Amino acid sequence: MPAKPPCFDEMLDEDGATREAYAAYYEWFCNQDIKSLRGKAREAEEFFRRTGITFAVYGDDNAEERLIPFDIVPRIVSAREWAKVTRGIEQRVRAINAFLQDIYHRQEIVRAGRLPISLLQNNPAFLSQMIGFLPPGGVYTHIVGVDLVRTGPEEFFVLEDNARTPSGVSYMLENRETMMNMFPELFSTIRVRNVSDYPKNLRQSLNRVAPPACKGDPVVAVLTPGIHNSAYYEHAFLADQMGADLVEGHDIRIVDGRVAMRTTRGYTPIDVLYRRIDDDYLDPLIFKPESRLGIPGVFDLYRAGQITIANAPGTGIADDKAIYSYMPDIIEFYTGERPILHNVPTWRCSEPDALSYVLDNLAELVVKEVHGSGGYGMLVGPAANRRELADFAAKLKAKPANYIAQPTLALSTIPIFTNSGLAPRHVDLRPFVLVSPNSIEITPGGLTRVALKQGSLVVNSSQGGGTKDSWVLEDD
Amino acid sequence: MLGKTAGGIYWLFRYLERAENIARLVETGHRFTLTRGAGSSGEWQSVVKALGMDAAYLARHGEYESAPVVNFLLRDKNNDASLRGVIDQARRNARLTRTALTREVWEAVNESWINANEILKRPVRESDLPGVLESIKRDSAMVRGTMQNTMLRNDGYNFARIGNFIERADNTARLLDVKYYVLLPSLSFVGSSLDNVQWEAILRSTSAFSVYRWLYPGRTTALGITEFLIFDQRFPRSLAFAYSKLLDNLRYLSNGYGLPSQALEATEALCLRLSRTNASKIFEDGLHEFLLDFLSINRKIGALVEQDYRFTI
Repeated sequence: MPAKPPCFDEMLDEDGATREAYAAYYEWFCNQDIKSLRGKAREAEEFFRRTGITFAVYGDDNAEERLIPFDIVPRIVSAREWAKVTRGIEQRVRAINAFLQDIYHRQEIVRAGRLPISLLQNNPAFLSQMIGFLPPGGVYTHIVGVDLVRTGPEEFFVLEDNARTPSGVSYMLENRETMMNMFPELFSTIRVRNVSDYPKNLRQSLNRVAPPACKGDPVVAVLTPGIHNSAYYEHAFLADQMGADLVEGHDIRIVDGRVAMRTTRGYTPIDVLYRRIDDDYLDPLIFKPESRLGIPGVFDLYRAGQITIANAPGTGIADDKAIYSYMPDIIEFYTGERPILHNVPTWRCSEPDALSYVLDNLAELVVKEVHGSGGYGMLVGPAANRRELADFAAKLKAKPANYIAQPTLALSTIPIFTNSGLAPRHVDLRPFVLVSPNSIEITPGGLTRVALKQGSLVVNSSQGGGTKDSWVLEDD
Repeated sequence: MLGKTAGGIYWLFRYLERAENIARLVETGHRFTLTRGAGSSGEWQSVVKALGMDAAYLARHGEYESAPVVNFLLRDKNNDASLRGVIDQARRNARLTRTALTREVWEAVNESWINANEILKRPVRESDLPGVLESIKRDSAMVRGTMQNTMLRNDGYNFARIGNFIERADNTARLLDVKYYVLLPSLSFVGSSLDNVQWEAILRSTSAFSVYRWLYPGRTTALGITEFLIFDQRFPRSLAFAYSKLLDNLRYLSNGYGLPSQALEATEALCLRLSRTNASKIFEDGLHEFLLDFLSINRKIGALVEQDYRFTI
């Protein structure tokens, strides 16, 4: 057995002393009665159940709606740490938008020999229909949720860029509401930056990219696949908080050359569509013909400036796991700067040398599907048994281009509250980014996902992970 | 407002009204078994019939007996129209229209769904029945209260009210129809008092037992009760009350939108008809016929609302 790498704990240092950002919280915590904290943990669950903050797990018949476990110990990020993180994210998101504009126009990055054309040509996430079209305001990724992990005091890695339809922001907001409800005294002593402006900012940034056809105040609608989708709660929540209508494909029709929704007084044109369905389902005339979730003909109207779609179709190419390994080059190419946040070293299994390395070291690596998400279809080598490793090796050999592999990072830990007190668990962080013409806004906080099982590195809620409220402290 | 959303609110409040109605009828039926043991089977039959579930019930059970009827009406998984099924539908519609409800209304609906699922998870023991019905009625009052206190008086509110009153008119008319034989003209002509048991059942099922006694002490005639349940504008479960509210809400929408409405026209016509008749005339022409006609127009108005305001197409 290799020695377990020591991992970085965000609350306690090597000597067991509290780190600066957690000092005030920990002092408060030590004065609490453990029994009453247990009561608070139950109260939090009750609160989530009552407000209906649930998600559906695919393939799980007997529990259509489930709660994501919530941990009452917050993640706390100092103002200094946050400044670094936001600079890094801003740089990355700016590069992603420049990259998207480039690959759908002149493809300078390919001409410069920095990115193989095959990665675009053979990639289903690259939409030829977007070539030559510039979305309103030049914005491709209106909403981004960058997944970060930390391995040391200054070491932040980007795991995924989530440039399509990132979810989880409703948990960022509701986790904070829950904490303020349960522990108001904490917020009056510790200065935590506010996250609750997110829906207002989202609405404003969508308003700013209204299409040329928009007259007057933009009409914004959220397009959901429907009540059975795992993130339906979030779709309804965001629509509600933004003052936007929540529509499904069957509420929409094309009337007089505009995309319009059926209201009680007739059809009303939509200016900006915040869609929470994948590209493939957006327009059955262009993509999957059997899709009943989308709007036939929306794509043509989009290109004609009659509606704005957020995020733009075809942005998925930027968070494609095969493109991911080129991100450091992409950032340098478009910003002329060195990346502030690290990329996780990545083996592209399509390359024979990489494949043989990955097969030889499978037990040490994390292997992901190039187009997968949500933790489905991935292998965590150190946690897998021999049988699982052998099965996965066979899949890899059969379709190497379908996979990438990364070293198992020693993710940082933060304590969670258990019945026997505090216990460290691995976490990640997904801050939410809003992009509008000439501005990139990052909400101070984000979604902290936490692996509830001791030693586990899988934080996905679909795989039994939980969440924490994420605090960014005000500058002193 | 989206047509789908308007439809969702309308159905949410129809289902909530229906759920309350089921709870009230079960309460009445159960009271009967306690006070008039022998005659309770007939009363259970009326209850199931008034809820329109007699065919479904008889397909599964032979006799109208307290325990199977209560189980069928409250929680049978095979009965989509059971109280549990109806609360499920109400909550489903609330989820669909989450953006048109205040947080308070949504949470009240969600909580009543959570509670109903909890208390109806297992068959309800007779000793628990009064508590169970009480809790369901309390949750329902909570939803109504939050709606009154927090919702904007806009089109959404009016769709909620329309659903509420169409359902209520339907429920009261059905109940009267199931009992029409009790109110047969021959009795009223001779002016004899109704059998205590029978009028008590009708009044209790509409929560009118004590208010009626206060309004008409000692005058429990068939004519009086019919007049009260159909025409008394002061009584919130009467047909006239439901229709005067419906008229207000439909006018609000039609004026606010500046659009004509077929549902409004049909409602105006029915209100006019109600204003030109009275209980004696109805008895002459046949109470049963009147009620069948009323139920069919009421259904039609529901369908017209869906059409006028594009709930589905």
